[in-house]
Amino acid sequence: SGLGMFSTIICGFLSPLVVKRLPEHVQVDDPAVVKRLAKKLERQQIPLRSDYGYKVSLFSHLHQYSRKAPLTQLLSIPSTVIHPSIVRLGLQYSQGIVAGSNARSVALLHAFKQVIRDYTTPPNEELSRDLVNKLKPYISFLNQCRPLSASMGNAIKYIKKEISNIPSQCKEEEAKTKLLKCIDRYIEEKIVLAAKAISKYAIEKISDGDVILVYGCSSLVNHILCEAFEKSRKFRVIVVDSRPRLEGREALRRLVQRGISCTYVLISALSYILPEVSKVFLGAHALLANGYVMSRVGTSQIALVARTFNVPVLVCCETYKFCERVQTDSFVSNELDDPDDLMVTRKGKTQLENWQDVSSLGLLNLVYDVTPPDFVDLVITDLGMIPCTSVPVVLRVKNLDQ
Amino acid sequence: MELQAVLMAAGGGSRMMDLTYNTPKPLLPVGNKPLIWYPLNLLERVGFEEVIVITTKEVQKMISTDPKVKLDVKMKLDLVCIQEDADMGTADALRHIQQKVKTDVLVVSCDLITDAALHEVVDLFRAHNATLSMLMSKAHEFTETVPGQKGKKKTGEQRDFVGVDGTGKRLLFMANEADLDEGVVIRKSIMRKHPRMHIKTGLVDAHLYCLKKSVVDFLADNKSISSIRGELVPYLVRKQFSKSTNSPKVIDETHQNLKKNDSNISSRDEELLHLTQERSCWNDHRGDMSDAYHGGRLRCYVHIMDEGICYRVNTLAAYIEANRLAPKLFDEPAVHPSAVVSERCLIGADSIIGASCQISDKTSIKRSTIGVSTTVREKVKVTNSIIMHGVTIEEGCNIQGSVICSNAVIGRGADIKYCLVGSAQRIEPDAEVNITYHYKSITYNNCHKVSK
Repeated sequence: SGLGMFSTIICGFLSPLVVKRLPEHVQVDDPAVVKRLAKKLERQQIPLRSDYGYKVSLFSHLHQYSRKAPLTQLLSIPSTVIHPSIVRLGLQYSQGIVAGSNARSVALLHAFKQVIRDYTTPPNEELSRDLVNKLKPYISFLNQCRPLSASMGNAIKYIKKEISNIPSQCKEEEAKTKLLKCIDRYIEEKIVLAAKAISKYAIEKISDGDVILVYGCSSLVNHILCEAFEKSRKFRVIVVDSRPRLEGREALRRLVQRGISCTYVLISALSYILPEVSKVFLGAHALLANGYVMSRVGTSQIALVARTFNVPVLVCCETYKFCERVQTDSFVSNELDDPDDLMVTRKGKTQLENWQDVSSLGLLNLVYDVTPPDFVDLVITDLGMIPCTSVPVVLRVKNLDQ
Repeated sequence: MELQAVLMAAGGGSRMMDLTYNTPKPLLPVGNKPLIWYPLNLLERVGFEEVIVITTKEVQKMISTDPKVKLDVKMKLDLVCIQEDADMGTADALRHIQQKVKTDVLVVSCDLITDAALHEVVDLFRAHNATLSMLMSKAHEFTETVPGQKGKKKTGEQRDFVGVDGTGKRLLFMANEADLDEGVVIRKSIMRKHPRMHIKTGLVDAHLYCLKKSVVDFLADNKSISSIRGELVPYLVRKQFSKSTNSPKVIDETHQNLKKNDSNISSRDEELLHLTQERSCWNDHRGDMSDAYHGGRLRCYVHIMDEGICYRVNTLAAYIEANRLAPKLFDEPAVHPSAVVSERCLIGADSIIGASCQISDKTSIKRSTIGVSTTVREKVKVTNSIIMHGVTIEEGCNIQGSVICSNAVIGRGADIKYCLVGSAQRIEPDAEVNITYHYKSITYNNCHKVSK
């Protein structure tokens, strides 16, 4: 409308105005947005996954899916619209077989490699444009299976940029080989070598006789601890775990397998165990532009209590997980996992079996939370050890590089 | 392409020779549709667009010439014929079409009638990158009386022992009673990896398998395996825990040899898959120090249906049960529009009348299936029976709990209880027949279709 144009022109003089729309996955309670999403999926021939169960009102703007209703029951067998490796990936995401920020990114890039290998440019089309359009429905599908993580988002941005930068006179075989090499290089640099670099910095911070507290199962933190143990540092680890995921058990197994002596507690015993702890190492799902750390739910608890006990909190995070989003609370953008995971069967009885019949009862299974930078003492990245508030600087440097 | 469908329709129906000596098993009518229609319909419903059908020349001829055999499917059928007397097992048949198999296969048997959600089986195959994924169902008691049998049931067939893990999805053990000498023997190495095993008997194997392409290639090199169910599946289940599968030579080697030029691609991808598994915080079991899947590359999964219809029509009892339940699987009207049904007859809600039938006055048809082009004259009572195509039932007959095969003629006033009347047989008028089979072996006059 005229007024809208008028105001944007005025603002245009003052500062470059970028109108950012709220992402669709945090506006689930707005029927217009849901309708728009349904139309988009219909155009892309992707089935719409329906929400499940009663949602707690504070989080009713987020999707909540059930693991018992996979998206594949609405797809044809064999899948023709979506590449089979993407269907497999979506299944593995929704069932939790591939979980953890790094694993999900690597699996995504691996699936994209298969897609690129099987791709042929249709006549009268350019690879640089058509391949990007081919990837869009796949990304919608994966988003429906499980909301994309920040690291996956960055990886997708990188791939799309690389594809668009393919010169039009490049032959198809050459272009495909180039893209596959790019993907391999991205994984090698941003994940594997980054982990090595972070280990090197982190090991400097681990001294003999340390008692290190870790939370959940972070692939990077496990890697650091295993490397430190290889380099003959003497330390012991306390693994803190929480329901319903109980990922700490897997972290415990990996550390004990290497020979590291570990203690295992649940998060409710945190303040009991903290007086023994000398350092806290935490992994991150993403680092936000205002310095907040987005990680598994419970991390902010740990950081808060550790701060109270004056225990240093070190967050380890690769730079490819830095994202430009800004968030100050865990409500606006989060992920709701299957509420049925909260049901526990003990001695043959499941107390919450008929929770859906109780109209005033809602089960909330949050996946992420954000930790303010005041509680984090140091962030160890592959670019070095930086304070939490330097994240925007890193992002600016990265953008300049690209 | 993700999966290719292969339909095995060359079996002889050796356990129901009474029905199949004249009609090949894939074409036996169930609910007035040929048996082969049910798995084809299942495949079409989930979205397959083409199917490789392995069958005999006889069946192929009947499909293309006989108007009563209408397959009614939109999919492209690639019929591969094998010799009837070649005595080929299902694995031999797969080996026969090895050249046509370009990707992973979904093998279905022609005698499977089910409303299972196939995505459950295929999802296990996809998500866990399994070598084998199969469908099983809890067996239901057959309630109908089988004609020709005086007692309740025959002695039970040899049981199948199926061992699954705690989740009920991973297949750990499979053996048939016939192969076990004294008892069920489970290796210690399996118990160490999966200390909680549930052993189930009383499961029906739906003979629906998702197999990796490397298995088909493996079959090509191992000609000693002839049956999928009897030999290949137990072999794969055992091979999961074989010590050598941590560097699987038997199955993956052939796979890798065929991809020589892509060898560096597949090794890079293997590295990425390994990296993913290493970084992922998931494990399929708990309690010991091993990685996910115990580091094994070969995995077999099973989906066990609790509810729903799943029948393998390979015995007479199953055939009768399937006829009772088949109408629930499709929405067509019970009485075919082209059937001529007189107004003064009583047709129960659970009966099916086929096309071009003629049902005369004062007949009563309850819980029965009447085939195509069958003539039923006045005052006939048909209860709990299956009447196939082209049969003529003269006036006043009483047919109960029986199976009347195609083109038979039942003389007037005959009283038939719990019998199986073979193809083109003739029952004398006023005969009283109880609990027997009537075959070619009993001599009668040449049958003529008695026309009015």
